[in-house]
Amino acid sequence: MARIDIDHIRHAYGPNPKAPKDYALKEVHHTFEDGGAYALLGPSGCGKTTLLNIMSGLVEPSEGRILFDGRDVTRLSTQERNIAQVFQFPVIYDTMTVYDNLAFPLRNRGVPEAEVDRKVREIIAMIDLEKWSRRKARGLTADQKQKISLGRGLVRSDVNAILFDEPLTVIDPHMKWQLRSQLKQLHRRFGYTMIYVTHDQTEALSFADKVVVMFEGETVQIGTPAELFERPRHTFVGYFIGSPGMNVMPAAIDGTSARVGSQVIALPGRPAAPSGSIELGIRPEFVRLGREGMPVTIEKIEDVGRHRIVRTRLEGRDLAAIVPEDGDIPADPRVAFDPAGINIYADSWRVDYGSAA
Amino acid sequence: MLELRNISKTVGAETHISDVSLTLAHGSLNVLLGPTLSGKTSLMRLMAGLDVPTSGSVWFDGKDVTGVAVQKRNVAMVYQQFINYPAMTVYENIASPLRVAGKDGATIDREVRKAADLLRLTPYLDRTPLNLSGGQQQRTALARAIVKNASLVLLDEPLANLDYKLREELRAELPKIFAASGTIFVYATTEPSEALLLGGHTATLSEGRITQFGPTIEVFRKPADLVTAMTFSDPPLNTIVLSKRDAAFQLDGGVNLPVPASLAGIADGAYTVSFQPHHLSLSPRYPDAVPVKVKVFATEITGSESFVHVDFADARWVMLAPGVHDFEPDETIEIYIDTRHLLVFGADGRAAAPRQLAA
Amino acid sequence: MNKTWNNRAWFMVLPVLLLVAFSAVIPLMTVVNYSVQDTFGNNQFFWAGAEWFEEMLTSDRFWLAMGRNLIFSFIILVIEIPLGIFIALNMPRKGWGVPVCLVLMALPLLIPWNVVGTIWQVFGRVDIGLLGYVANALGFDYNYVNDPFDAWVTVIVMDVWHWTSLVVLLCYAGLVSIPDAYYQAAKIDGASRWAVFRYIQLPKMNRVLLIAVLLRFMDSFMIYTEPFVVTGGGPGNSTTFLSIDLVKMAIGQFDLGPAAAMSIIYFLIILLMSWIFYTVMTNYDAEK
Repeated sequence: MARIDIDHIRHAYGPNPKAPKDYALKEVHHTFEDGGAYALLGPSGCGKTTLLNIMSGLVEPSEGRILFDGRDVTRLSTQERNIAQVFQFPVIYDTMTVYDNLAFPLRNRGVPEAEVDRKVREIIAMIDLEKWSRRKARGLTADQKQKISLGRGLVRSDVNAILFDEPLTVIDPHMKWQLRSQLKQLHRRFGYTMIYVTHDQTEALSFADKVVVMFEGETVQIGTPAELFERPRHTFVGYFIGSPGMNVMPAAIDGTSARVGSQVIALPGRPAAPSGSIELGIRPEFVRLGREGMPVTIEKIEDVGRHRIVRTRLEGRDLAAIVPEDGDIPADPRVAFDPAGINIYADSWRVDYGSAA
Repeated sequence: MLELRNISKTVGAETHISDVSLTLAHGSLNVLLGPTLSGKTSLMRLMAGLDVPTSGSVWFDGKDVTGVAVQKRNVAMVYQQFINYPAMTVYENIASPLRVAGKDGATIDREVRKAADLLRLTPYLDRTPLNLSGGQQQRTALARAIVKNASLVLLDEPLANLDYKLREELRAELPKIFAASGTIFVYATTEPSEALLLGGHTATLSEGRITQFGPTIEVFRKPADLVTAMTFSDPPLNTIVLSKRDAAFQLDGGVNLPVPASLAGIADGAYTVSFQPHHLSLSPRYPDAVPVKVKVFATEITGSESFVHVDFADARWVMLAPGVHDFEPDETIEIYIDTRHLLVFGADGRAAAPRQLAA
Repeated sequence: MNKTWNNRAWFMVLPVLLLVAFSAVIPLMTVVNYSVQDTFGNNQFFWAGAEWFEEMLTSDRFWLAMGRNLIFSFIILVIEIPLGIFIALNMPRKGWGVPVCLVLMALPLLIPWNVVGTIWQVFGRVDIGLLGYVANALGFDYNYVNDPFDAWVTVIVMDVWHWTSLVVLLCYAGLVSIPDAYYQAAKIDGASRWAVFRYIQLPKMNRVLLIAVLLRFMDSFMIYTEPFVVTGGGPGNSTTFLSIDLVKMAIGQFDLGPAAAMSIIYFLIILLMSWIFYTVMTNYDAEK
């Protein structure tokens, strides 16, 4: 496994890019540490798949370099980079058995048959397909096929990184849980460098130690799931991560408090010199619905089983709150904001708090 | 009112739909929930009249419409794939059902603009579908279904190919859009969370059968059998087979789960006891929560919550715990079962019920 | 069980039934009728039973023609299928080359059979034909009118020229339906060009290839027009295929009975072959 450096990569699909909008990737500069589990998260068209293909060598970047453990691989072919990739739709060799599918990458590289057998058996056990080993891969279910694609990557001992391109798209919800937890466990046990591309926040956050959030060809935030949740750097991250996303409302700052409409809200600190258009962001999870605080009107209650999403209006603006399964919704509802969950944004970028004084 | 009366559909030796009866009211939103190949699409094709049932009949507003072709039924269908006329503009795409119906120019224009406005497509009316994003393409297909003013609208996993966030937005809009029209609205999905967010009524499907039909939240909270409960839970439902003696289910290691008061009268014997992931916790939520020792398999952290996959005896469970918790694989931890929400199923898979109520 | 029957549906299939009746069933019955009777041309028929079938199945003439057909079909399949695959593999997948190649490939298919025959008949002539003239000028003793071998070569080359395109187009359709991810995965797995062909392209072309083989087998087994125009079945009987022989017998000699018996045997062979192909194909699907 290897460390992967993305060194000032820019990429445009058309010839002669000039304006920033010509670039599918505006400028990405980042290091994926050896043995890390990363997710590239963003809406379609944000450049995440382009970045993945640049790493795997299927696309050559217009500018910048890719380094594997310090070695420049920008011009190397996919084969020479020794990476494994799992695609959106399972890619399997229909006519081969499960065993032969897994042996394929090794046999192509002239690995002695005894070694092939040892490795393949090991991986088949790891991905839990021993029972199917002699079956033709064609007849298997989508999740089993996806495991084979993964297994073909794991079987090679020289693999630098395993790349996943929305691998759970065609998998039923129940199997998603199984596959994801197995993946997580494989990562924990064997320390593969894994990079996972998805538009699904749940997949990204639950899979990765670090998530790279991308938007319009740029990385807007790189952080642990907790960081992305608690301190979104940009209102886009706040909106994109979490369901429902962060509540964002225009506000005015006055020392250590914010004013939204006629309400005054205490902040956990003094925002450092905010300028431009100021907004207050708070996730529905940090909105406490009860008998105290600011009066709201309830528009709709969505019961999603494990909790309820209460859609309210505060000072004429939409505000979503999350209420636990057995929580109480009073007739005269009021909300209070948990100060730990309040973030202040100036022109959509998060402003740090200074001292609380 | 659309009524399916004991319909079955077999193709060759395969049974696609097996003895389904279902009544859907006008103006209702109905979710068909089930995994891939459970029969959602087959059932929709039968409702639409694209297929004729092998046995049973389809009734619409008191008339037997079994065997009546789809063209004569005033049905609209939206698929997982974005299906539009690629050579026509968005405007013409939306207008096409009206043109087929022979409406005059002014009516067409009014209807198209109204639908476009509703689905926020007004800026794109002059573009062709290929120059639109996936979400816009699917909104075009939906707009076409709306202007058709069909009495039955079938949506077959319409949001499956869209981005997560877009899905969330359209999902919130869809019920509003169709609520006003008074049509029967059927929505197929594999995702329990989607059914819960849409609300309305839900029919859970498994292997070509409807296992339960009722108000969505009721089916979720009070599943009639184990298959329904499993189909309708994401993350997966935690289950374990236990034997009941007196007032408790016997867990390995001397721990007992008290039988819920509502099930006090059930007979002793083996039961499948299950509980949702959020009914497991790291600390007791109430004094009588039952502690159990489990081995961690993997942990997934979503920022605000952690999904901890754990092994207990032969069972693998998942716990949804608030906050960030990172456990090492194979670590042994103690967790608590909230026994107030246990779902209990008998050996036949049916929800257990005290004898006097079962009759 | 309360199935509803829509009886009007039968009216909808009536035209097809009539068409099939006139185009296939009635002629076939006529042929069956002829095959069990004898006639001397004066509209008087005598019951002959299985006589003509026996005669046909024991005649050298029939088995020789049949042998020629099988050899011919075998040769053209051996040439056209691999050649078609090879060309399809080398056709561009995107860009301006695609329509150009497709049109070029479709051209021979658009020419009527007898025109193809005539083209090659003239092309191969030793006196005025480009091929015949040049071949002889280069010292090859080529003359399809006299030499059975040359006649065979001419008919085979003509068929390859005419029909390989069909195989190419079918294979090409199979190839372009393979998602890019497969090629990318193969690259990542370090697969050789041969392995990509063997494990990705060939399996994905499987079904279209079966159709190609079936079509080419049936067509070549029934070949008539082109060899009739070029060689007229000669020299000698060297290119007299079953269909040519059939026409010679039925129209040339007016031996309706034997010709009818031969037609039926011929028909049964093609039916049998189609059935075998159908079974193979459906089995393949069922496995999937």
